[in-house]
Amino acid sequence: MADTLLNVNNLIVSFGQSKVVDEISFHINPGETFALVGESGSGKSITALSVLRLLPNAARMQAKSITLQDQELTHIPEIEFCKLRGRRIGLIFQDPMSSLNPVMTIGEQIAEVLQLHFQLSQQQVKQRVLALLKQVEIPEPERRVNEYPHQLSGGQRQRVMIAMALAGEPDLLIADEPTTALDVTIQAQILELLKHLQQQTGMALWLISHDLALVSNIADRIAVMQNGKIVETGATADFFRQPQHPYSLKLLAALPKLENCLGKQSKPTMPLLKVEDFKVYYPIRKGIFKRVVGHVKAVDGVDFELHIGTTLALVGESGCGKTSMGKGLLNLIPAHAGRVLFDGVDLTQLSGESLRRHRAEMQIVFQDPFSAMNPRMLVGDIIAEGISSLRPEVSRAEKQNRVAKLLQQVDLPAETALRYPHEFSGGQRQRICIARALAVEPKLIICDEPTSALDVSVQAQIMTLLKGLQKSRGLSYLLITHSFGVVAEMADEVAVMYQGKIVERGPVEQVLTQPKHDYTRALLAAVPKLNGKISTA
Amino acid sequence: MLVLWTDALIYLLIVAATMLAVYMSRQAHMRRPLKKIAASPVAIASLTLLLCFTLIGLADSIHFKDDNSKGNEAISLLDIACATMRAHGEKTYSAPFSAYAYGKENLTAEDGSTRWDYPRLQYGGAHLKNPEQQLTGDVFRKVVGGLGKGAGLMLMILLFAWSDKRERGKRLFRHPSAKAIWLVLFVVVSSFYTLFSLSEYYHVLGTDKVGEDVFYQTLKSIRTGLVIGSLTTLVMLPLAIVFGIMAGFFKGWIDDVIQFIYTTLNSIPSVLLIAASILMVQVYMANHPENFNNLLVRADMRLLFLCLILGVTSWTGLCRLLRAETLKLREMEYVLAAQALGVKPAMILFRHILPNVMHIVLIAVVLDFSSLVLAEAVLSYINIGVDPTTHSWGNMINGARLEMAREPVVWWSLTAAFVFMFALVLAANLFADSVRDAFDPRRAERG
Repeated sequence: MADTLLNVNNLIVSFGQSKVVDEISFHINPGETFALVGESGSGKSITALSVLRLLPNAARMQAKSITLQDQELTHIPEIEFCKLRGRRIGLIFQDPMSSLNPVMTIGEQIAEVLQLHFQLSQQQVKQRVLALLKQVEIPEPERRVNEYPHQLSGGQRQRVMIAMALAGEPDLLIADEPTTALDVTIQAQILELLKHLQQQTGMALWLISHDLALVSNIADRIAVMQNGKIVETGATADFFRQPQHPYSLKLLAALPKLENCLGKQSKPTMPLLKVEDFKVYYPIRKGIFKRVVGHVKAVDGVDFELHIGTTLALVGESGCGKTSMGKGLLNLIPAHAGRVLFDGVDLTQLSGESLRRHRAEMQIVFQDPFSAMNPRMLVGDIIAEGISSLRPEVSRAEKQNRVAKLLQQVDLPAETALRYPHEFSGGQRQRICIARALAVEPKLIICDEPTSALDVSVQAQIMTLLKGLQKSRGLSYLLITHSFGVVAEMADEVAVMYQGKIVERGPVEQVLTQPKHDYTRALLAAVPKLNGKISTA
Repeated sequence: MLVLWTDALIYLLIVAATMLAVYMSRQAHMRRPLKKIAASPVAIASLTLLLCFTLIGLADSIHFKDDNSKGNEAISLLDIACATMRAHGEKTYSAPFSAYAYGKENLTAEDGSTRWDYPRLQYGGAHLKNPEQQLTGDVFRKVVGGLGKGAGLMLMILLFAWSDKRERGKRLFRHPSAKAIWLVLFVVVSSFYTLFSLSEYYHVLGTDKVGEDVFYQTLKSIRTGLVIGSLTTLVMLPLAIVFGIMAGFFKGWIDDVIQFIYTTLNSIPSVLLIAASILMVQVYMANHPENFNNLLVRADMRLLFLCLILGVTSWTGLCRLLRAETLKLREMEYVLAAQALGVKPAMILFRHILPNVMHIVLIAVVLDFSSLVLAEAVLSYINIGVDPTTHSWGNMINGARLEMAREPVVWWSLTAAFVFMFALVLAANLFADSVRDAFDPRRAERG
């Protein structure tokens, strides 16, 4: 066992002039779990792809040596390498939606891997497929084997992906963000499965992730990557006890912690938004006349109140209706029933000009800052759009003045106004989106997962910005999120949503420390925690 | 000066295209793809060729009253430039560079005896005493001389530009795209110069059934091809853009109505519609002869109507594409954000949707252009295209097809139409390819 399984020496990957991976060296021992952690764009996925020779065409790669159990990988011809991929090294991707072929049954897809690498009879293949599905704990494998990917849930699809990777009986399994696209409760199950399988088969696991809390529970060794370089490597326990590099410290400090909710005092104020029996249904239409035959109940009778100057967090897993709720409140999608009293005016009853005016008092900040701005417009025009639509009488100079002020409020330089959105990073774009929302001086901002598309260190900055704005402007937030870390940091009150209904509501400290509903408890239990090994330094 | 309907529309189109080019070069997000097109030698070479075609077409779009003709006919700038070719009409077919007619005739010699032989042409090679021996040498000498003069002309222009000592002037030569432009210009200018000077003495591409010079016909056909390609797009674009974007954005009953219109239109064979409308125009012109007292005006009206009806039948494809893209875009978060900001629907369409589907429009326009030029040829072939008196590649092919069975074969009309059409359509297609590549965001990101 003294030998290393995979040894990468001086790997360089470059796209044109820019080096994405810059002379990194690391090794993975047989049977261990190695975690490569870094923010998006740090080059961690590219490292994995380059070991497998699956880089995009534009990339150029060079390495002093890459060895897999004494076999040098850099020189062997492509045709030999094909036999290695899937057989000795398995790979799991982030998105189980797009990595399975939608027109093949899952059984056929697993069988394909088996037939590629082993000489097996039809009968043997069938048995092996069933055994693999059982191994990844898919219920009723005999029935599932003939189903298509769309019939499975996200978690089950990821299990099928793992089964495919296991089919080649690899020595090394590379998991590239295996749980990022999944809900918290399912994340925990998948991680447990990976850990379990590793113990069962004795293979090495190379986990690539951006989530320090997640890897702290499963990894034996951790390497932190920043800008194409590995800045720190160490055993997990040592790493969390005494992180050496300033960047590691920064990452750890930026992690949102549940303890932050303690000691929050909610100040009693006037209610700003009052939602009563609110329902958003999507009609299911059939036949040539598109008759409505039923409804998908996205939001099914929700009541809550939001007070001036406070933050209400709406927590739930994907598909629970929290985004439909946000859009429904703004009347961007029609509500089925219920009342939305905003400042005493029922928004659901308004239409045309009065809706346009009243709606602007409520603004929305979206999850993905990349699609939230028109790529063909200057940042200045994007921010000024609300002003020109609601108050066309404002002069050009006055508008420019306002835009400059707004940019200053979200900590961006004034010359930002004359550039295009694509010139900015994710965090900067989110700031621009916030400035756009502030431009019409709203009383309430609906933040739909405002930080989940951003890196941890940027997340913290955006949350600080939002909190600062709340204090200085007396804003109220309706925070839609799946992350309890963000909730603990930001919220005064929490409402937990499950299948279109609010199952639990209360002050943040109470919900997070003494959850009443079973679902809240399950959610909280699944949140990855830092094993309590955080240094206080 | 006489301005025909299509002339006016062509001028309008040129102005619009220039304005669009200036507008696009001022937009930062447009400049990157434009630079990419400029950096590709193939795209730039095709564009140069297209511009050469356009120039000839424009010269053919400036019409005057013809003082020499008996009636009130009109001629264009190109007709004036090709005056010798127009004047040098033969009796009937003659092969390219031939001094003799295609068919035998009874010839009466000076001594009164008759014989059955090929007669000399009235103009083609008329300056030669003994064509059998002199022809090859004379043609060779004239080609070399013409090429030499053309090349000399180009070299002078090149030297003139080269003498520009500034760095900016030097850049005009070093870049691969610049080299491509000069190469295309060199070939086009010197070969056209040669052909023009040769057609003083010969019919370089032969003559057709009524003895008209085929080279002249081909040059005249360029305008017809360009008009059909561009004016049809002009008719099609507003329909496709307005209907497509509205259907995609408003959905509901507006979408239903628009979809109903285009599926209905799509299920009627377009040839039927075109035949019917062309017939209507002809009947109208026959009933109102006082408005159409000129042969050219009548032909022009028919051409214009052909463009209109082709436009009306061909907007559905682009409309569908735009509807689908708008359906996707209207769910984008920036559109939702604009709605939340209280922006009016018309403004959202104009500011957020339209600029983001513009790349599809641009690609569709350039691709449609070449298919429309080909469509004209097909329609003229079945006699529902342009007026038979209008010079067009379709009419040339139609006229030549009946002579394909003759021995020796009459190949020159067909070949001339084919070569010019091929050059135009190929250039348009190559240019369209680079436009598509440059404006495709996925390709742009890959570098």
